[in-house]
Amino acid sequence: MFRNPSGCAISGIISTSGRRFSGKIIVDSIAAMRERSNGLGGGFAGYGIYPEYKDYYALHIFYNDKLSKKECENFLEEHFDIINLSKIPTRKVKEITDEPLIWRYFVTPLPTKLADSQLDEREFVVKCVLRINTAIDGAYVFSSGKNMGVFKAVGYPEDVGRFYRLDEYEGYCFTAHGRYPTNTPGWWGGAHPFALLDYSVVHNGEISSYDANRRAIEMYGYKCTLLTDTEVITYIIDYLHRVRGLTLDEICHVLAAPFWSTIEGKPQEERDELEFLRYTFGSYLLNGPFSIIVGFEGGLMALNDRLKLRSMVVGQKDDMFYVASEEAAIRVVQSDLDRVWAPKGGEGVIITLKEQENLAKAG
Amino acid sequence: MAVDYLYPEYEIIRNYDRCINCRVCERQCSNEAHEYLGDMGKMVSDDAKCVNCHRCVSLCPTRALKIVKSDHTFKANANWDAAKIREIYKQAASGGVLLSSMGNPENFPVYFDKMVINASQVTNPSIDPLREPMETRIHLGAKPSKIERDKNGRIRKNLPPHLKLSMPVMFSAMSFGSISYNAHESLARAAAELGIYYNTGEGGLHEDLYKYGSNTIVQVASGRFGVHRKYLDSGAAIEIKMGQGAKPGIGGHLPGKKIVGDISRTRMIPEGTDAISPAPHHDIYSIEDLRQLVYSLKEATRYTKPVIVKIAAVHNVAAIASGIARSGADIIAIDGFRGGTGAAPTRIRDHVGIPIELALASVDKRLRDEGIRDNVSIVVGGSIRSSADVVKAVALGADCVYIGTAALIALGCHLCRNCHTGKCNWGIATQREDLVKRLNPDIGYKRVVNLMTAWQHEIKEMMGGMGINAIESLRGNRLMLRGVGLNEKELEILGIKHAGE
Amino acid sequence: MKRVYVNEKWCLACHLCEYYCAFASTGEKDMARALKNVKIRPRIRVEELGGISFAVSCRHCDDPLCVKGCITGALTRVDGVIMIDSDRCIGCYTCILCCPFGAVSPTEHGAVQKCELCIRTTAGTPQCVQGCPNGTIVFEERGE
Repeated sequence: MFRNPSGCAISGIISTSGRRFSGKIIVDSIAAMRERSNGLGGGFAGYGIYPEYKDYYALHIFYNDKLSKKECENFLEEHFDIINLSKIPTRKVKEITDEPLIWRYFVTPLPTKLADSQLDEREFVVKCVLRINTAIDGAYVFSSGKNMGVFKAVGYPEDVGRFYRLDEYEGYCFTAHGRYPTNTPGWWGGAHPFALLDYSVVHNGEISSYDANRRAIEMYGYKCTLLTDTEVITYIIDYLHRVRGLTLDEICHVLAAPFWSTIEGKPQEERDELEFLRYTFGSYLLNGPFSIIVGFEGGLMALNDRLKLRSMVVGQKDDMFYVASEEAAIRVVQSDLDRVWAPKGGEGVIITLKEQENLAKAG
Repeated sequence: MAVDYLYPEYEIIRNYDRCINCRVCERQCSNEAHEYLGDMGKMVSDDAKCVNCHRCVSLCPTRALKIVKSDHTFKANANWDAAKIREIYKQAASGGVLLSSMGNPENFPVYFDKMVINASQVTNPSIDPLREPMETRIHLGAKPSKIERDKNGRIRKNLPPHLKLSMPVMFSAMSFGSISYNAHESLARAAAELGIYYNTGEGGLHEDLYKYGSNTIVQVASGRFGVHRKYLDSGAAIEIKMGQGAKPGIGGHLPGKKIVGDISRTRMIPEGTDAISPAPHHDIYSIEDLRQLVYSLKEATRYTKPVIVKIAAVHNVAAIASGIARSGADIIAIDGFRGGTGAAPTRIRDHVGIPIELALASVDKRLRDEGIRDNVSIVVGGSIRSSADVVKAVALGADCVYIGTAALIALGCHLCRNCHTGKCNWGIATQREDLVKRLNPDIGYKRVVNLMTAWQHEIKEMMGGMGINAIESLRGNRLMLRGVGLNEKELEILGIKHAGE
Repeated sequence: MKRVYVNEKWCLACHLCEYYCAFASTGEKDMARALKNVKIRPRIRVEELGGISFAVSCRHCDDPLCVKGCITGALTRVDGVIMIDSDRCIGCYTCILCCPFGAVSPTEHGAVQKCELCIRTTAGTPQCVQGCPNGTIVFEERGE
């Protein structure tokens, strides 16, 4: 398989009060950047969209055929309690063709299996997802978090949004991606967002450090099968956040580490911390142009490469925050903004739900 | 002997139109190849004494001299080439083991020359190192396995002992004894000015050079020459030498005639005694013994210094490195079969060991497969000849490289490969006072600094071309390499694709 | 004032300084053409004995005995550099007798010669310094 260098458009919207809003808004936003995509991939991640199943992992799976579905479902039944399963509702859109079978399962790990594995629950789910994606031919889990879901396809993002009836979903946070790959893989799994558990990543750019990042993260049980930057970024975030316990702020300092000369100018405490991070996690520095929006349970993180070689703008109106490759994509859904700014290279913007902040303070 | 079977390999060609009889060639040749015939008023030369070191050529003010390969030849024979025939004559005359110096010169593939480097076009921008920061700084040592936080949740900087370098190059081990004091001083001062490290080799550290200790790696080898508490404390890191690329599996031998004065005192052995380093360390017959020595040295230095274990690249290098990575060592140094030496048996130098590129690729892969790559840093040497080799080595997976020969060439070495005679005309591989003084460290260190500065510029240019502005993003980034003219197996071991793929 | 100094620790007794000195005063472009079959008369000389060697040339003394002794005023001190006007020199060799360093020498034309720091040569900077392979001969300012 070959690497797919690509240009792209990204967008993200979050309500910090946790108010749920329609998926139509994110579709309108990403549609404004149509010329940044080329119809070879579009997708969305929505958070807070499955309140009735919020305690269950929502697995979204592409199948090439019934055979792979059967095989995968056998695997799921062996490892999970399946609470609900259904086709993901779609509508016929003439621009979207060659769709695979697209299924959704709400699951929880079988207690005995989980105990036998000696893994914590999230690690167990990760292992199962990676197993399906590498071992079951024709089955591909593209979303595996709780109370969130990824919807993606080959096509322009606004067509993908209509296809998946995104206007019928409500969530407190959405991210979106329009793809401009420089070759044509034509595979639905290759579209963005890329997700693992509740981490989802949309990404615009091409990282020159790809193979250094890949070979470093693969030491820790991940297998990069798609050869896309987004996949490796997602695994790195999962590893640093969930496995190593770094905060999102610290993760920004790893992914877009400050220059040594900048670090040396910092006050001692901060300097120690930054030196530790760069010394320890240098292999996870993302080098080359990128802007990413990372969705996770309860928030959103936006980050540019340290030279800011890709555009990214943030806007705010009351409790709503908007992040997009271009300001136009924000203005089109909210023309009356309280403030708009372009974060500096390497400066992470982390927006979390107020409720979570309050919980954190209380804790 | 009445019959001399050996005809000189090289001829000294003198252009008598240009020779002004200044006699600098005569004065500068320690092999006494040149002579002034007063009665005839002309200079003459004896080709048989010439080792082709270019000292006379370089100093001749009128460029009247050149050395050419003799066209005197044996009858053409694809099997018995001249070198093999000559070696038999030598052994038939002496009954001894053939000795050589510097690295393996035989015609094995040089994989560095069969790999090419990537550059950005269109889809991501290349970076101009003259306008944007370009970071070549690296650290060598284990990565912390645990993240500790204080009561406010702030990360504690609990980094293991490590080395900090301004660029991924160090000067490899060359002992005081095998090279001159002035060569050592040149390397020490260059390392200090550059913010990198040089290595004492197994010969102890001259007391006048202790002041460069924070840029010195002190070596502990099988002879344990010159090892004492103050020596260990004076260095920034300690290297246990298990093997050397030029002569894997054998020890070292510095003849008694070189053990004089300061060398005797620094090595802590009597003047005139041969300094013989055994083939193995006699307290290390297995990997668990190595672990004990690693920890003994760490104990002795209160766990303040990283420990390097240096091995020669041999067939089973990946498994050996894996063992070392679990032995408590912080850094593994691997020396390829092209690595240099002051003296080695020719057969060993030319026929034992494997190319460093293949060794590096398989070690890096093995350590990653086992999930222990973060336990250690990898340093490779033997032989790194240019900044492109550095970039390729880092992309294959090395944290840093060792250069020996390249640094000596910067000091004036012309690779005549006669170090073992002790008559180095360039003042490098000699202890003869009149020859040693030919290497003025004020000039020498500056030339080495220049070389490294030039390489650093080139490394930055190549990194910028790839769209990479920190060298850690190049480390192990094998997609930045492509092979040219390599077969499937070679590509597989190197872990790279063929150009065009 | 910058003067030529020699650090005997690094002198290799290669005598190249003598040849570069002799060549500098010829005004020729090519040393082979300039010095082929010529017995050179350099203004700098390497002295050597028992493994010690160093090059000697005019010190450009602050209080030069050669200038004091010159009976025709051919030797003068110009901006610290002791110069010889060969038109005025009558070849009495008083200066040679006076100089404690042996830095003044006769020539075959009668007038004496000495190092003038290559001020009059086409090179402009001392060629013994440029030609020294070991950084032994330096041209630098030291505390007066």
